[in-house]
Amino acid sequence: MTEEAKSKRPQWAMVIDLDRCTGCEACVVACRVENNIPTVGPEEAAKGRSINWIRIESYFEGEYPDVKVKFMPVLCQHCEEAPCEPVCPVYATYHTDEGLNAQVYNRCVGTRYCANNCPYTVRFFNFFDPKWDAPLEKALNPEVSVRTRGVMEKCTFCIQRIRKGEEKAKDEGREVRDGDVVPACVQTCTTKAMYFGNIADSESEVSKLSKSNRASRLLEDLGTKPKVIYLNKGD
Amino acid sequence: MSERRSTDTKINSDLLKPVHHPGWGWYATVVVSALVMLAAAGALGYQFRNGLGVWGINRPVFWALDITNFVFWIGISHAGTLISAILRVTGAEWRRPVTRCAEAITVFALMIGAMFPIIHLGRPWFFYWMVPYPNERGLWPNFRSPLAWDFFAINTYLLGSIIYLYLPLIPDLALLKSKSRGLLRKFYGALSLGWSGTELQWDRLERAVRVMAVVIIPVAVSVHTIVSWDFAMTIRPMWHSTMFGPYFVAGAIFSGIAALILAMAIIRRVFHLEQYLRPIHFNNLGLLLLTMSLIWFYFTFGEYLTAWYGNEPEEMAVFNSKISGSYAPLFWASVICCFIIPAPLLAIKRLRTIKGTMIASALIVVGMWLERFLIIVPTLTHPKLTFNWGTYAPTWVEVALTAGTFGYFVLLYAIFTRLFPIIAIWEYKEGLSIEAPQKDTSPEITPRLEGATS
Repeated sequence: MTEEAKSKRPQWAMVIDLDRCTGCEACVVACRVENNIPTVGPEEAAKGRSINWIRIESYFEGEYPDVKVKFMPVLCQHCEEAPCEPVCPVYATYHTDEGLNAQVYNRCVGTRYCANNCPYTVRFFNFFDPKWDAPLEKALNPEVSVRTRGVMEKCTFCIQRIRKGEEKAKDEGREVRDGDVVPACVQTCTTKAMYFGNIADSESEVSKLSKSNRASRLLEDLGTKPKVIYLNKGD
Repeated sequence: MSERRSTDTKINSDLLKPVHHPGWGWYATVVVSALVMLAAAGALGYQFRNGLGVWGINRPVFWALDITNFVFWIGISHAGTLISAILRVTGAEWRRPVTRCAEAITVFALMIGAMFPIIHLGRPWFFYWMVPYPNERGLWPNFRSPLAWDFFAINTYLLGSIIYLYLPLIPDLALLKSKSRGLLRKFYGALSLGWSGTELQWDRLERAVRVMAVVIIPVAVSVHTIVSWDFAMTIRPMWHSTMFGPYFVAGAIFSGIAALILAMAIIRRVFHLEQYLRPIHFNNLGLLLLTMSLIWFYFTFGEYLTAWYGNEPEEMAVFNSKISGSYAPLFWASVICCFIIPAPLLAIKRLRTIKGTMIASALIVVGMWLERFLIIVPTLTHPKLTFNWGTYAPTWVEVALTAGTFGYFVLLYAIFTRLFPIIAIWEYKEGLSIEAPQKDTSPEITPRLEGATS
C-alpha cells in the first residue's frame, strides 16, 4: 500500500477521525483563506461553480425522529494511483516524489479531463477570472499563487507549508517530524479530528493511526490508494 | 462514336451546371447558413472574452454540448471514407455518383468536429501544447492521455481524408480548367497539377486511389475508437465499457450514412440531378442504413442489459436516469429516432423510397446527436459520491454554437459544390464505359468461371 515509499522523501498523508468530526466547516473556511480561493457569489454557487478544496459531505441515516447525520470532510485524496494523472495530455497534474498529486497551473490548458476521471469529485475549474468580494482581496496569502480562469485547481495539502516545514527541518539538520507541517485545515480543526504527517516514518502519528482497526480509505475498491485515511468506528 | 460524344457533353453540362449556374436555391442556402454561422462566431467570441462560465457546464458536469458536438461531427465524418472506401474496395459499381458527396462530408464534418476539443479548452490559446515539439517547457505531450491519442488520430484522419478527396478530384479539376478563364483557370490549373490524361497518369492515379481507399479504412475505424476511449479509459460508471470502441464506430457509420442520404437528397433537388442520383442509390444506401440501425440497436441493448443485470449502484444511478429518470424523454426519443421508426421504414421495400430514406435519415441524425449527449451528460451528473450529484442545462451560447456547426457545415458544403463538381464526372463516365463492353464479355466470363470450379 501507500506505506511502501518509492523515494526517500517524506510521504505526506492525512488522517481524519470521523468519530470526532462535528461538521463545523472551520476547515473549509481556513482552507479558503490560506489558499486564495476565489468567491463566486450565490448565483454561480447554485450553478455548481463554487470552489472548495475541502468540503463537508453530510449523509443522513434513518427516519425522523431517529436520524443520524454523518459528516465527512472530503478533499483531494492524493491517490498513489491517481486516475486524474494519466489522462492529462499536458502533464499539468502529476505525481511528486513526496507522494503528492501536484497541479501545475501554468501547464494546465483546461481540458477538464482530470476532473471527469476523479472519482472523488475534488477537482475545481476556474470558469471565470477569480474575484474576491471586498475587502477579502486585501487578505490574499502572498505565498500562494492566484489562479487565472481556464485552469483546474484542487487541494495541495498546503504545499507552501510543506516546503516551509521541510526547510526548517533541513536548517536544523534533521528529518521532518510531526508538527513541522500543519495544513490550514488541520490547524483549524476545532475537535482535533485531523492529523497530518509523514506516513513513511513509522513513528509518526499518521503512520500509527493508519494502522488502527478503525482506518479505511474512501472508495478503496477502486485501487486508487488514497493518502487520506478515515477513522470510523463503524456501525 | 458521335452518340458517345453527345452523352459526354450532356454529362459535362449537367454535372458542371452547379459550378457555373448554381441557381437561386444555392444563394439562399449560402446566405442562411452563413448567417447561422456568424451568429455562432459571435457566441464564440463572447465565450473567449468572458470564460467558459458562459456555458452551462459546472461541477460535476465538466463536459456537455462541446463534447457531444465533437463526437457527433466526428461520427458524421465517417460517412465519406467508410462508405466511399468500402464501396471502392469491393468494386460496387453503383457507388460512382455517391463517392464525392461522401468524401466531402468527411472533410467538412471532421473540420467542425475537430474544432471542439480546441474551443472547449479553458485556455484555448495554448492548444498547440498538444503538439510534440522541442519547447521551453521541456515537456512532451503526455502520450498516456487519450486526448493526446485523439490529437494524432484526428489529424491523421483529416490529412488522409483530404488526400482521399483530392486525388479523385484531379481529372475533374483539369476539365474545369479547360472550361474556365482568367483567375479561375489559374486556380483550377494549379490544383490539377498539370493533369493531361495520359495513360501513365491514369495508371498512377488509379493506383493511388486504390491505396488510399485501403489505408483510410483502418484510420477511420481507429479514429472513432479513440474518440470512444476518451470515455472508456476513465473509471466512470457507464463509460468504462470494453465495447465502446465498436459501439462508437458503428454509431459513427450509422449517423454518417444518414447524413450522406440527406446531403444527396438535397443536392439532387437543388441541382436537378435526378438522372444521376437515382432511386437505386437511395435504396442501396437505405439498406446499409438499415443494417447499421440493427447493429446500433444490438450494441445499445447489449450495453444497457449488462449494466442492468450487473445491478451495481453506481451504474444503476446512471442507468435509471436514462431509462426512467430525468433523461428518459431524451433517451426514448433517441431510441425511437434511431431504431423504432427508421427500422421498419427502411425494411419495407415499398417505403424505402427517396422520401422514406430521407425521413429515416433525418430522424437518425437527430437520434444519434441525442445518443452522444446521453452518453456524456447522465454519467457526469452522477459521480460516485452521491453528495456531488448535479444537473446540467445548456445556455444560449452552447445552443448557438451547436446550431452554428450545422450552418458552418452547410456553408462549407455549398461552397464546395460551387467550386467543384459534387458528382465525380470522370468516375461516372468510366462507369458508363465499363457497363457497355461488359455486356459483350459476359458470355466469355461464364465458361471461364465454370472451368475454374470444375
